[in-house]
Amino acid sequence: MCGIAGFINRTESREEQQQILSSMVAAVSHRGPDGRGFHVAPDVALGHARLSVIDLSYGSQPMCNEDASIWITLNGEVFNYLELRKRLEAAGHVFRTRSDTETVLHAYEEDGVQCVDALNGDFAFALWDSRRRQLMLARDRLGVRPLYYTMRGDSLAFASEVKALLQLPDVNAELDPLALDQAFTFWFPLAPRTPFRGINELPPGHVLVAVDGAITTKQYWRLQFLPQSHDARPSRRCEEACTAELRDLLLDATRIRLRADVEVGAYLSGGLDSTVTTALIRLTGTNRLRTFSVAFESDEYDETRFQREAADALQTDHYAILCTARSIGEAFPKVMYHAERPILRTAPAPLLALSALVRNAGVKVVMTGEGADELFAGYDIFKEDAVRRLWAHHPSSRRLPLLLRRLYPYMPAIQSQPQLYLEAFFRPSTAPDADPFFSHRPRWATTSAIKLFFSDDLRDALAGYDAVEELAATLPPEFASWHPLSRAQYLEAAYLLPSYILSSQGDRMAMANAVEARFPFLDHRVADLAARIPPALRLRGLTEKHILRKSMGHLLPTNIANRPKQPYRAPDAACFLGPEMPGYVHDLLSPAAIEDVGCFDPSSVAKLVRKCAGRPTVSCRDGMAIVGILSVQLLHHLFVRRGAASSVSSPMAGVA
Amino acid sequence: MQPDIERVVREFVSDNYLYRNIPISPDDSLIASGYVDSTGILELVSFLETTFSLEIADEELIPDNLDSIGRITRFVDRKLSEASGRGGNGQRP
Repeated sequence: MCGIAGFINRTESREEQQQILSSMVAAVSHRGPDGRGFHVAPDVALGHARLSVIDLSYGSQPMCNEDASIWITLNGEVFNYLELRKRLEAAGHVFRTRSDTETVLHAYEEDGVQCVDALNGDFAFALWDSRRRQLMLARDRLGVRPLYYTMRGDSLAFASEVKALLQLPDVNAELDPLALDQAFTFWFPLAPRTPFRGINELPPGHVLVAVDGAITTKQYWRLQFLPQSHDARPSRRCEEACTAELRDLLLDATRIRLRADVEVGAYLSGGLDSTVTTALIRLTGTNRLRTFSVAFESDEYDETRFQREAADALQTDHYAILCTARSIGEAFPKVMYHAERPILRTAPAPLLALSALVRNAGVKVVMTGEGADELFAGYDIFKEDAVRRLWAHHPSSRRLPLLLRRLYPYMPAIQSQPQLYLEAFFRPSTAPDADPFFSHRPRWATTSAIKLFFSDDLRDALAGYDAVEELAATLPPEFASWHPLSRAQYLEAAYLLPSYILSSQGDRMAMANAVEARFPFLDHRVADLAARIPPALRLRGLTEKHILRKSMGHLLPTNIANRPKQPYRAPDAACFLGPEMPGYVHDLLSPAAIEDVGCFDPSSVAKLVRKCAGRPTVSCRDGMAIVGILSVQLLHHLFVRRGAASSVSSPMAGVA
Repeated sequence: MQPDIERVVREFVSDNYLYRNIPISPDDSLIASGYVDSTGILELVSFLETTFSLEIADEELIPDNLDSIGRITRFVDRKLSEASGRGGNGQRP
């Protein structure tokens, strides 16, 4: 696990290139503080900031093959490297290290660009084949590890994070209006688009090949559900078979993720998913396991009771860190420095504190339960879709809209709504069978309302643009043939997961403190299986993650096995507008600062700030607006203006 | 009395839900237009109760009464005349 950076076909002198590469690697060195490596040759420069986890002595990078004709710099892990290595050795390849990176080199020698098909892992790498003068970039299937690139004429530069690309003398950050429109519709810019104009991300499950200034990208994997007709009522036998297969696969996914030459810890939130991953680690027979969690002051967010229960039952050494509204507000600039994209909730901030807790405990690798909600239908949006869909088919039913009460039980702001208001809000506005996005309309409508704050200039730049249309153009051709639940899950798993959840809460918040997160649920074999499991076994009635509970429940304390979904959330607007408003918030939300950045309307934002500051509770939309607007102001401050980071907390000092 | 009520309501909606001067007709649905989400309506209720010294019962919290500037205006007007009809203290702003 590490940070990578590099480029091809630049015209500077070798010394200058070495210098540029060195500052690029320095920009991502929080991802890999254990060592730095560089390979600079005519036409290519590859760099690496290392977090040593496997083969501590000899696994340094960039790494080359026997005749130094092929070079690689890799971030992440290839978990099935031992199995791959056996196969490659049998084919005559000779290994010099024990590292997983070397297996990728040999796999490339064997299979070329297609070598990615054999890799099971969380990886982003760049591989230079000097014989073909070809650069290959590849990113893991579910998008765990980030990879950005930008082109200038014939040259291409890549890096784990945008901030490294900004070290290039000819690359500047400029906010992309379309990305902002997408972020304030879907919660994320649609890959390959990033918040910054001209800077792309390689989408998950893709490889990019650059030869002589021409690039081609190709998707090598995606989540593939079965047509709806296959999904008829599953038999008991089918359910038993799925249960057993899932149990075996999750255990294996966990087993290969324990491969490390350092201690592996675990996040334990007290929810179903992380308790499952923790229980699976226990099942593999580790002696001592350290687990880590976040605690909050408010009962609305805090899950300490369940964390204790899980830690006691699974006999782990448990550590927790208390996050307050104040600490979240103070950490937010650092969150934005690492997330590099607009965010609408503060939930990443406590995870940043959590990875610091892990790191300070001397642990470099943690297992987490991320991904189960997307693949096994854990989120309430799937229930919401099921209820609204039924209701759309029986519009005069009095009973169906009452089920809306069962949605989002953990959100007091929604629960306190009068019934007819809930109905007016969730009432289907499009035809469920004709609209591919039926499931996501309410969420997108709420999010899009933040666009009311867009400045006139930004509105002009967006005239005639329709983000939903652009998303529709990226759907797989079979999408319409899938069960509605599969469609909704695809939107979460293929888009929101990599582009929002993993970016802002997974990899980025962990790597900010040089902690490598590993995700058993995001083993692509688990994803493939989840997509084959009949929808009625994923969401049974209004019980989420049915099949996961069935196959894993026996490993868990009963209270947790039967616990309804409590999504991980943190206090939002209160972190910024309370009596202890951090100074930077005041500065960045001032009419002058809003005007200066140009994305939002100064007087509208002033009204919002005034309104929210004077209220004990803030509506969902207003809370998201505060966080979203502040996040864009910070992105501008940190990446567009660069060097003016002094008004925000100290971690940014290095950016200046 | 109606124009006064409508002006006050419109100003509140504009400042608290639209945040800017957007043309909005008295019949535009606040929910369908995305101006009020399902959690924002209680803000309106507490504003009306305070400003017009009304008591709004739970069963009156329905979109028919509150989902557009026109509906809110008529609702407040009705409540005020009911209150004054009963000799209550239906103050105007």
